[in-house]
Amino acid sequence: MPTRIFGEPIKRAEDPRLLTGRGRYTDDIDLPGQLHVAFLRSPLAHARIRSIDVSAARDMPGVVAVWTYADIGPCQRRMPLLIPHPDLTHPYTRYALAKDEVNHVGEPVAMVIAESRYLAEDAVEAIVVEWEELPPVVDIERAVQPDAPLVHEELGTNVAAHYVGIVGDPEGAFSRAAHVFRERLIIERSAGMPIETRAIVAVWNDVEGVLEVWDTTQAPIVIRNALAALFGLAPTQVRVVAPDVGGGFGCKIMVYPEEVLVPYAALALRRPIKWTEDRLEHFVGTNHERLQIHDAEIAVDAEGRILGIRDRFLHDAGAYTPYGIIVPIITACQLPGPYKVPNYHVEFRAVYSNTVPVSPYRGAGRPHAAFVMERLLDRVADELGLDRAEVRRRNFIQPHEFPYDVGLIFQDGAPTRYDSGNYPGMLDLLLQQMDYDRLVREELPRLRAEGRCVGVGIACYVEGTGIGPYEGATVRVEPTGQVYVATGMPQQGQAHKTVLAQIVAEELQVPVESVQVFEGDTAHFQFGSGTYASRSAVVCGSAVALAARKVREQGLQLAAEELEVAVEDLVVEDGRVYVRGAPERGFTWAQLAQLANPLRYAYAGDLVVRPRPWTGPTLPPGKQPTLEATEYYSPPHATWASGAVGLLVEVDIETGQLFFRKLWVVHDCGKMINPMVVEGQVHGGIAQGIGGAFYEKLYYDENGQLLNASFMDFLIPTAMEIPRMEVAHQETPSPLNPLGVKGVGEAGAIPMPAVVAAAVEDALRPFGVRITRMPLDPDQLWRMTHPESP
Amino acid sequence: MKPPRFRYYAPHSLEEALAVLAETADEAKPLAGGQSLIPMLNMRLARPSLLIDLNGLHELSGIELDSGAIVVRAMTRHRTVERSPLVAEHAPLLAEAIRWVGHLPIRTRGTVGGSVAHADPAAELPGVLVALDGTVQLTSQRGQRLVPAQDFFVDLLTTAAEPDELVTEVRFPFLPARTGTAWLEVARRHGDYALVGVGAVVSLAEDFTTITEARLSFIGVGGRPVRARLAESALRGQPVAAETWRAAAATVRGEIDPAGDIHASAEYRRYVAGVLAERALALAAERAREGARR
Repeated sequence: MPTRIFGEPIKRAEDPRLLTGRGRYTDDIDLPGQLHVAFLRSPLAHARIRSIDVSAARDMPGVVAVWTYADIGPCQRRMPLLIPHPDLTHPYTRYALAKDEVNHVGEPVAMVIAESRYLAEDAVEAIVVEWEELPPVVDIERAVQPDAPLVHEELGTNVAAHYVGIVGDPEGAFSRAAHVFRERLIIERSAGMPIETRAIVAVWNDVEGVLEVWDTTQAPIVIRNALAALFGLAPTQVRVVAPDVGGGFGCKIMVYPEEVLVPYAALALRRPIKWTEDRLEHFVGTNHERLQIHDAEIAVDAEGRILGIRDRFLHDAGAYTPYGIIVPIITACQLPGPYKVPNYHVEFRAVYSNTVPVSPYRGAGRPHAAFVMERLLDRVADELGLDRAEVRRRNFIQPHEFPYDVGLIFQDGAPTRYDSGNYPGMLDLLLQQMDYDRLVREELPRLRAEGRCVGVGIACYVEGTGIGPYEGATVRVEPTGQVYVATGMPQQGQAHKTVLAQIVAEELQVPVESVQVFEGDTAHFQFGSGTYASRSAVVCGSAVALAARKVREQGLQLAAEELEVAVEDLVVEDGRVYVRGAPERGFTWAQLAQLANPLRYAYAGDLVVRPRPWTGPTLPPGKQPTLEATEYYSPPHATWASGAVGLLVEVDIETGQLFFRKLWVVHDCGKMINPMVVEGQVHGGIAQGIGGAFYEKLYYDENGQLLNASFMDFLIPTAMEIPRMEVAHQETPSPLNPLGVKGVGEAGAIPMPAVVAAAVEDALRPFGVRITRMPLDPDQLWRMTHPESP
Repeated sequence: MKPPRFRYYAPHSLEEALAVLAETADEAKPLAGGQSLIPMLNMRLARPSLLIDLNGLHELSGIELDSGAIVVRAMTRHRTVERSPLVAEHAPLLAEAIRWVGHLPIRTRGTVGGSVAHADPAAELPGVLVALDGTVQLTSQRGQRLVPAQDFFVDLLTTAAEPDELVTEVRFPFLPARTGTAWLEVARRHGDYALVGVGAVVSLAEDFTTITEARLSFIGVGGRPVRARLAESALRGQPVAAETWRAAAATVRGEIDPAGDIHASAEYRRYVAGVLAERALALAAERAREGARR
């Protein structure tokens, strides 16, 4: 019997090294003669630069260079628009250093390169800028008014994009509906806060003529290609490595100004250059996400079946749109969730403001979508006197209805087409896990009778994962028996080295420890796009599987030739290829790799290569001296994971404190490569989702100053705030890819604002309040329960 | 987030520290556990040109009993206080409150003297000290003085200490008989500075039904720890009863004047201060009774 490796909850190969402090992050890389960078960042949200005087800074001890826009040569081009979209009619990207205008607090204005970071920061203080202040645009509802000041004067508008998506006949549906309910729903601004901030080390390797860059990026190949194009180098003359990366959550996929400026400094000064973002810089220099204001309406029949949805929303794009309108597009496409919405009108305006630019943060528009949809359904249930679970059940897409077309074009340009799922099964599993009927009929009334303010919520969601364009992988059996795997994906903690090794080990039936995964280094793999959109397992995992299968075929073919048997008579088991029923007739994978390569191996213990009579070239045409394959996988469209969560909360109405008493999760990401890794992803996502529901909010004042740019005031939940959660799995394989897998990276973050709102609203029923804004906080909860308060 | 240039001096004795401080007081900053000072340096919010590191001064560490008070020397770590049986026995309010200070790594480095000298109005230790009518010992080359906590804390991050003075000891007086205490607070996350916190001290008459004395010390509702004097005097002589606590809450709301910030409004803090007062008084009274029973 083959050993089962795929699907086993084996421990992460990454952990022993990381947990014992042997990880190597970009900031750990120190090169001899290295210089350090500090940036002068705009203290104002919106201003023109009248003049910059860097003379005093240049004269300070240890300062090697002080650069403004005028000094940055090839980096004077505008930063790239990474993802254009036809509806993004007014895109705008920045300059790497502000040319003559700044548009948010934190925008890089000047760059100091010095012998130490301390000296560099001293010199930053000595730079004198004469500003001409412009009116800041912070409130996006104000920004769309005709007389609002403009973020970018030359665009003539603050609206970067106006998107309209229509499915079916929404107007007709609303006109014949038994009930129409309307909500204004808001998700506030937040941001990804990886424990490792961004960092870049760059050096020109004069021996090989290669620009070497270590970067915390989620997309080293993208950065490599950008740097090569910018500096007129061949792609092979640039090597970008993402070493250990301490979290990304989306905000590390970008081409940031620092990512071109630091390598440029290495080229220009011929010295190694390091910049490590500090936390203050991260708050104002790394992209944010989340703020959307929705005006949503749902039309239902008398039984609570959805006839149509209309949603118009404003999306805060921040000061620039380097990542296009991916986030609101995802919101628009995913809003219907696991439900049948036959008639749908969705419309958004992406609006510029003088704040940090917005790009995906774990969930990427999906928490917003789930919040809107689930709030509408809760409203329907409450208004029609139906159980909230029942309303969902009445509206689910049924298992036999896949593939199911939502009717809109998704973020990858492909149709929003759900490939598979079992939403009713998922909800049943959740309710069973919660013992829902008993909870609602017995336990809640009992607790309420004790005077406790408790409530239950449920929320369901889908997640489009595993989008293209493609990823690739090389798999090679080494003549020493190890298996080499290389991909173009970096990881920021997701356990790629573990799960990709499991895929290969399963195909070749070798110990998972013998599979070594190399990734995040353009010297190992040249093509691909990166780690984002919950796509690594799906897209890269599939490429790895295809390559491993090809290597398996190569091994079988070779063994068949050597043993003079048919391939069909061979089995692959226990790290060997042998004749079925005659295990002694066969080879280890190491032996096969040696057989493939007509060389002599010094020190290899069990050589099987023997002298052969001459028959022509040692390596005949069409043969390769290795068991090796490189394969690419490009998905036809996204594969759709799904999930459901249940939550029991208690509110202390006198203090507004919220307590998460019980949390249940059902998750379906198709076939699981490693359930332990899946659960880790779910746990982490849920923790982040709880952050989005009760803790994490970035506060801008009316001048565009960020008021809580520190971990003292921007509240990330800690282990103390995260409840125990019970996770159950449902496995509905994807028919789209060779492994049947779906992505899981963002899952947990998506439903939490929705479910927290539902549970809190249920707890506060005696007060008749509606939860329409996320995140909540104790002050808000206290106001809801003390309406007489000022 | 790198500090500007500063000089660093690590004295070997208190005497030496005081001598250096006397010479350099205007530009120097004593470094205790560094849990507030180091971030302020890194954010360039504090720019002393000299740091006088007190961490080598072992004579400034330790907890002992002395004439009706528990004495905690300035460089004693929070964690030491948290684990001290002496503190648990003689200053239960301190033992209860100190668990609310930051997180374990912070408590392991942070010092009692450092917290008191820093005088953050939302920090627990100053609140406890004010609740217990404790005193702060200040030492300089000029000599030593004991300052009542109520006079020591002047305003936000401002104390009665002169630039050449070091906080060397903090004294928490013993509780009278039939006295219970309670520390309650609301923070956004465990370990955050309090939105509102309160230390309550309730002493009961021999029959355990009447309050002889009550004290309420709030943090997070002003520029320094705030005693609710009106509520305290109104409580004297009142019966141990839910209505008494409720009335005290109303008085508290009337006499404090908190400010709002992004985490909570002034109205919220005012209201919750009353809620916590009500709960803490009830708990403290209950403990006064239990303590006597034991």
